[in-house]
Amino acid sequence: MSGRIHSIESFGTVDGPGVRLVVFFQGCPMRCLYCHNPDTWKISGGLEMSVDEILALYDKNSSFYKKGGITATGGEPLLQIDFVTQLFEAARARGIHTCLDTSGITFTPKHPERIRRFDRLTASTNLVMLDIKHIDPQAHQILTGQHLDPVLAFARYLDKHSVPVWIRHVVVPDITYKQELLYRLGHFIGSLHNVEALDILPYHDMGKGKYQKLGISYPLEKVSPLDREEAAAARQIVLAGIQDEHHQKNCHQLLEAN
Amino acid sequence: MKQEWRDFRPGSWEREINVRNFIQKNYTPYDGSDEFLAPATENTRELWDLVMELTRQEQKAGGVLDMDTRIISTITSHGPGYLDKNKETIVGFQTDKPFKRSLQPYGGIRMAEKACADNGYHVDPEVSEFFTKHRKTHNAGVFDAYTPEMRACRSSHIITGLPDAYGRGRIIGDYRRVALYGVDRLIEDKAEQKMTTRSTMYSHIIRIREELSEQIRALQELKELGNIYGFDISRPAGNVQEAIQWTYFAYLAAVKEQNGAAMSLGRTSTFLDIYAERDLAEGTFSEEQIQEFVDHFVMKLRLVKFARTPEYNALFSGDPTWVTESIGGVGLDGRPLVTKMSFRFLHTLTTLGTAPEPNLTVLWSVKLPENFKRFCAKTSIESSSIQYENDDLMRENLGDDYAIACCVSSMRIGKEMQFFGARANLAKCLLYAINGGVDEISKKQVGPKYRPVTSEYLEYEEVMDRYHDMMEWLAGVYVNSLNIIHYMHDKYCYERLQMALHDLNVTRWFATGIAGLSVVADSLSAIKYARVRAIRDENGIAVDYEVEGSFPKYGNDDDRVDQIAVEVVHSFMNYIRRNHCYRGGIPTTSILTITSNVVYGKATGSTPDGRKAGQAFAPGANPMHTRDTHGAISSLASVAKLPFSDAQDGISNTFSIIPGALGKEDRLFTGDLDMELECGPDKACAIPNLMHGLDRE
Repeated sequence: MSGRIHSIESFGTVDGPGVRLVVFFQGCPMRCLYCHNPDTWKISGGLEMSVDEILALYDKNSSFYKKGGITATGGEPLLQIDFVTQLFEAARARGIHTCLDTSGITFTPKHPERIRRFDRLTASTNLVMLDIKHIDPQAHQILTGQHLDPVLAFARYLDKHSVPVWIRHVVVPDITYKQELLYRLGHFIGSLHNVEALDILPYHDMGKGKYQKLGISYPLEKVSPLDREEAAAARQIVLAGIQDEHHQKNCHQLLEAN
Repeated sequence: MKQEWRDFRPGSWEREINVRNFIQKNYTPYDGSDEFLAPATENTRELWDLVMELTRQEQKAGGVLDMDTRIISTITSHGPGYLDKNKETIVGFQTDKPFKRSLQPYGGIRMAEKACADNGYHVDPEVSEFFTKHRKTHNAGVFDAYTPEMRACRSSHIITGLPDAYGRGRIIGDYRRVALYGVDRLIEDKAEQKMTTRSTMYSHIIRIREELSEQIRALQELKELGNIYGFDISRPAGNVQEAIQWTYFAYLAAVKEQNGAAMSLGRTSTFLDIYAERDLAEGTFSEEQIQEFVDHFVMKLRLVKFARTPEYNALFSGDPTWVTESIGGVGLDGRPLVTKMSFRFLHTLTTLGTAPEPNLTVLWSVKLPENFKRFCAKTSIESSSIQYENDDLMRENLGDDYAIACCVSSMRIGKEMQFFGARANLAKCLLYAINGGVDEISKKQVGPKYRPVTSEYLEYEEVMDRYHDMMEWLAGVYVNSLNIIHYMHDKYCYERLQMALHDLNVTRWFATGIAGLSVVADSLSAIKYARVRAIRDENGIAVDYEVEGSFPKYGNDDDRVDQIAVEVVHSFMNYIRRNHCYRGGIPTTSILTITSNVVYGKATGSTPDGRKAGQAFAPGANPMHTRDTHGAISSLASVAKLPFSDAQDGISNTFSIIPGALGKEDRLFTGDLDMELECGPDKACAIPNLMHGLDRE
């Protein structure tokens, strides 16, 4: 079996702990307005690579990755769930740390057969970096072209199975940079028990050039990038949401105990 | 034991000149953090303000503030010079005042005259006449002996950067010896060496005796330099301030006599730390005072200046002096050589602000203490001014008391020296192979008239075959040019002070260099894996190339092309090895054009990899710009395949990365997340054990 790989970055430092071999999977069902990798959207195409070929790249320079590992990102690696599972199982067999960078969009809690596939994947996943694009269902649909439900369901599923998660959220002016939304997002995150890190990213427009190359118009032409201070302020609001959620839970537990 | 040596642990260093033994017996490894460091003192800040003001004036004046046009620079040529005598704890300038550049004509009077003239000064006619008619220079000697072929190679830039008109540099005196032993003991040692030479006067014995006499004379002048500033350096240094001052006087004497492109300092920090530890224990000086001495020392090193021409500055992208100081590394017994002084030296990038000189070079090992690694990383991020070299690789060949000259040339201090050898342009050599020795720019027959490649599409086997022949020719003319240069330099511009701070029997590395490696690798890869069509002018000279199809490019961890680069280095080095090298020199090569890659590119026509005429080469062993597309590790992995055994003088890779691509600084992690959630200003700490080990303010 082989996977369709868009490209490989040998020196990934922002996609999981340590220095990592980052595998960009080809294909994504989401059409996020601010996507900076539109070249990974197409389901077809990409480079056919086997698990052994990818791990050979890792082994060649493994001394660099001692405190890192492998990250599957994309595109959306879950579109090729069987291949990413094989890759992670083989990696874990060699003691390599595995990280799945995903939107969780293909998750469905209803099909037992598909759940089994997710069970198998998460069993060999050390860390999931979960990207929650928007906390409001309608707005999520507009921003990404997809439903929000699978994303949140996947988050709860990971919580239930105690898979460590880093949450990522991009703050976009006018779209997600709103107090009420950020607070709601915090509430949701606060209801989870497996979150190890929170990454609130300011929107940037560095992907623009790729749109030009691909001959597509850039949807957020009129939106200006968010600066770091604003992102820091946004994070404070998310944190407040998390805190209040925790607090409510504590109160609830106290009441019950009494 | 001498009073100055009180409390030092004894060893063979007492009986013989052996600084390494002294260090090993006495140094105190430090694996703590940077917390002990002291900030800049008021004196330091005021002095540095003066320096910045003079720097502004110098820039305003067009790059040079003042020049000597009459006084020939020697160890004792000038009276004392100061920034502010009352504030300086370490003293001494090359001339009688800071920012005044000295006149050094022994390497070549024409270069000295031009350096003055280009900056609006004029060398005294009497000096010019003296060094033209009565006293021959290195430069005049070299040109007396060059063959027409050598001159043609030089002017067509297939061999470039030859040190034939100024000091060759790249020699590191063991300046620490002056601090540890005092000058008198060193003179005694040299006198004994002179007394015990063979008595049959073969020419090499005559030369050694003459050189030893010159060395002794230089040491006597060094003592006089101390006197000029009011110090008696005939005796050993008695505390850390003296140890730094004595070491600096020795270095200062070297840069008063020699204007080499690289005048490196050596490996002084851990040596000096032994004195600092003793002073701290005895209560002689405080940490703040010791940092002040180091700051003032480094300030002096930053102010080393030479008279240069605009062409020289263009070649090196500025006005560098390569005052390289090697820091850290690990000893042969496994103890890291990191001391508090290693921290203090790097800390000058904070106390004095960032600067390219002195070229602080960390000898990196996986075994360095974690705290030191963190401090290096932090200082690198803040200053972008630290150079790193692989100690684990070099220690195997060079032990634990070597230092770096210039950017990558390693040598055991006081035991080995280098004949600096500029570089051969291997990309141009490839074009000569294709064009049968005709220069693609001047169209002159520079190389031998070998049969050119005449087919429209280049065939790998044929080109490679011709390339080997041309490399063999180039290696011959290159090494022999260097033979002349080093013979004449020894004769007319001998580094008597620096060699006085060496053992009698030194190993001489005969350095050569390679420029344009990645261009060659990609060109040969294009010929092998794509189709390359030669575009020829009316005389049949290939002047451009058209690449059809894609080909593997060096810098992507792809063996198909990386092995071509390996083979080119190995072959060229073997051709170098087959030549006679002056004075028993052991041939090495380096792949390290760090700034001159721009100038070499300018002098080279279009190449079969698609690079157009005049475009810059990649620096050092770097892949060509934007051709490494698989990330930094793949790029570095390609470079790391180059055989160090064939390029022992060093392989450099210039690496820049935006800080954001090195990791997240503002991501919240587990502990932090809990902290921020539970221990905000108005929250009670619900989980107190999370606070363990964290500072609370």
